[in-house]
Amino acid sequence: MSGNHVSVRQRMACELLPLGDSAVLIRLGDRIELETNQKVMKLSQRLEAQPFAGWIECVPAFASVAVHYDPVLVMKSRTWEEVVHASLFETVCFRLERYLSSDQLHLNEQASRTVEIPVCYGGEEGPDLSFVASHNGLTEEDVIAIHSSGDYRVYMLGFAPGFPYLGGMSERIAAPRHQTPRTTIPQGSVGIAGKQTGVYPLATPGGWQLVGRTPLALFRPQDEIPSLLRAGDMVRFIPIRRKQYELYKEGAL
Amino acid sequence: MSITVIRSGMLATIQDLGRYRYQKYGVVPGGAMDTGAARVANFLVGNAGDEAVLEVTLAGAMLLIEEDMLLAICGADMKVTASGERLPLWRPALVKAGTTIHFEACHSGCRSYLAVAGGFDVPKIMGSRSTYLRAAIGGFMGRGVKAGDQLSAGVASPLSMRMMKDWEKKRFSNVTVPSWHASHFAVADELAKPLIRAMPGTDYERFMASSQAALFSQTFRIAPQSDRMGYRLNGAETLMLDAPFEVLSEAVANGTVQVPSDGNPIVLLADRQTTGGYPRIAQVATVDLPVFAQLKPGDRFRFEAITQQQAERLYLDSERDMAILKAAIALKFN
Repeated sequence: MSGNHVSVRQRMACELLPLGDSAVLIRLGDRIELETNQKVMKLSQRLEAQPFAGWIECVPAFASVAVHYDPVLVMKSRTWEEVVHASLFETVCFRLERYLSSDQLHLNEQASRTVEIPVCYGGEEGPDLSFVASHNGLTEEDVIAIHSSGDYRVYMLGFAPGFPYLGGMSERIAAPRHQTPRTTIPQGSVGIAGKQTGVYPLATPGGWQLVGRTPLALFRPQDEIPSLLRAGDMVRFIPIRRKQYELYKEGAL
Repeated sequence: MSITVIRSGMLATIQDLGRYRYQKYGVVPGGAMDTGAARVANFLVGNAGDEAVLEVTLAGAMLLIEEDMLLAICGADMKVTASGERLPLWRPALVKAGTTIHFEACHSGCRSYLAVAGGFDVPKIMGSRSTYLRAAIGGFMGRGVKAGDQLSAGVASPLSMRMMKDWEKKRFSNVTVPSWHASHFAVADELAKPLIRAMPGTDYERFMASSQAALFSQTFRIAPQSDRMGYRLNGAETLMLDAPFEVLSEAVANGTVQVPSDGNPIVLLADRQTTGGYPRIAQVATVDLPVFAQLKPGDRFRFEAITQQQAERLYLDSERDMAILKAAIALKFN
């Protein structure tokens, strides 16, 4: 491929794989780690800021970035250097090299946003709060205190529009999924599954233990950025009372 | 209003070519399952290609044309009639107000595309008119169309206007159909004994050699619980990993073949989730997704192994064919 290019510049350790005939999957690691995820974010931000000809979009995940491209546009924009490539995949990898040089990936550390998510814990909104408490030998208040004191990182969005994969939950409130998933979980439900916590942006079936609900909409199809959260954000859950929850819902808060 | 839905049949949704640049927020592109048929239908009525069309799933839909209209139907052969007369597929048709279009019975394939000059005029959500059923957004009020819905067409292009004007002179009945067509884009022949070309997926090497071989040799049957999100497959032999391996959730694409632990593969399609956490054994070539999307539950097919390079070549060839068709139509009415 572009071997001489690599040797000239320090390049971050990664694997570039074809994801079909119009996307490349860049794997930067095989674990859920902060450092890897930060590289993921930087790489996709860099591609978005200065896309190559034919680039369509990036889909960042825990430790990988998928880069979708339009093969026709890549073909048409090949330079004299690139026409010798045996495939468009090779051309795209060649173009990706300059985004992968490690000197660039350490530059301008971006400050992450912190998004506060109000949650009405327990009761009708969190029917499994008592189970999570008893399962861990805690009181319901303990579970709320632990859940709402954590700093959670949004590692990626996926599964459903605006659904955040959050890292950083205390193992003291971990709980197994329901054996039989509920047929429908209301929009905004805050749940725990194993060592993970998350918020359901849409009403969907699911097996998570529900500890509360937020009145905030996570999926915002009318907005320019249709998601309350973005990968790389920090999340804090703020306990609110039922009354406040109602006011939020009515749009008073 | 230009079209009134009398019956929707099993499912009929407004779709365009998809919603891009929002996958990082968990919003999948969606769009027409058979993009080839949707694009050709658009070209045939003088559209650019990416206008919204009506995707009719299996038979049953019935529509009343409320004003004279240029339309085209491509994709599955559903024995379409216009006020009782057979309406040929892969051809434009100038249809008079008061005509009833009926998708009577599924002869081959399972998704038909109706394009109208100017495209269906529904609001764009996140840059697309596609219906995203799961999130209840896009298309016609975020849902499949229902009896009584009124669908209107957007502004017809100058090309569409020229086509209509030309046929206006030749018109002799409720439906005027030219002698030319684009039926060389039909996939009906491929559907008789389908071979779906696919390349090894990102985790192919992690599967047992016997599973790798079975993938490309055995016949798969499409399971009943298959829809716009994905097709579940059953084969004689289940596909197994060499050693257990935990996949971190990462992006998937249209046509990604994932294998959950039960060994029965799932082919992810237009309305898939944006990310997946199962090993991927294969990836369907983009050119064969339109053929695959026309298969229905119960149908059987085999995968044929091709290389990534071959898939690229096929992609570029098919795009060239599309460009030629579009240019030829424009030239005809210059």
